Amino acid sequence: MANYLLIESRDPFEARDVSYFYGLAADLAAQGDKVTLFLVQNGALASRKDAKGNPLGTVLKGKVEVLVDSFSLKERGIQDAERHPSVKPADIDALVDHIMANGTKVLWH
Amino acid sequence: MAKTLTISIMEPPYESATSTTSLRIIDAALRKGINVNVFAYEGAVSLTIKDQQPHPNPVHGTSVEEEKHPTTKFFVASLFELAKEKGVKLDWVNCGFCVDERGAGNWIEGPRRGGPPQLHEWVQESDATLVIPTK
Repeated sequence: MANYLLIESRDPFEARDVSYFYGLAADLAAQGDKVTLFLVQNGALASRKDAKGNPLGTVLKGKVEVLVDSFSLKERGIQDAERHPSVKPADIDALVDHIMANGTKVLWH
Repeated sequence: MAKTLTISIMEPPYESATSTTSLRIIDAALRKGINVNVFAYEGAVSLTIKDQQPHPNPVHGTSVEEEKHPTTKFFVASLFELAKEKGVKLDWVNCGFCVDERGAGNWIEGPRRGGPPQLHEWVQESDATLVIPTK
């Protein structure tokens, strides 16, 4: 089993290829790898629970741990009540911890 | 023994949130006692240009002093100070070809000139590598 950290910086409603990145996360988790998807910058917009047609929904049904940058949430005025309960807020320290974890493969999109 | 993170960045300053995120990651790593190697290439070599100047905001009617406009050269200089304070290493290489193309060779104190072989060497030696591309 491999460890993957996928960092998504883009808004899925702006860039279609974000769906492929989500798909990669879901597929890796489905084959038994440990996968964390970290949403940052406009990627944080996908954490809103009421966003219509949000492709992140398919990831949230699987075994991927989904985190979102607290700073990015604040910048965009996304309140706790607006966030999907399966998407956990995390600070930049947590991101660095994930990056530095032994054997983790890190991908930025 | 302290761990080492290598990060490669290519986003120019004042273009997107990616520059800010990159600098936040470097800052957090240094505060954790992690040595950090930065390979800046393409537009990112302009992050450290010494000639950057803060400016007033005519729309708001504020002066330079009142506006306190942040510059990336100031942020990077602060990271070098932080590394010194924490007793860890921040090694910042600006890609030489990218610098020459842009005429962007007048830097603040700290960065040095290098090329892709340096990045390759760092990747082999580091505990982790993060590559942040542009769109």
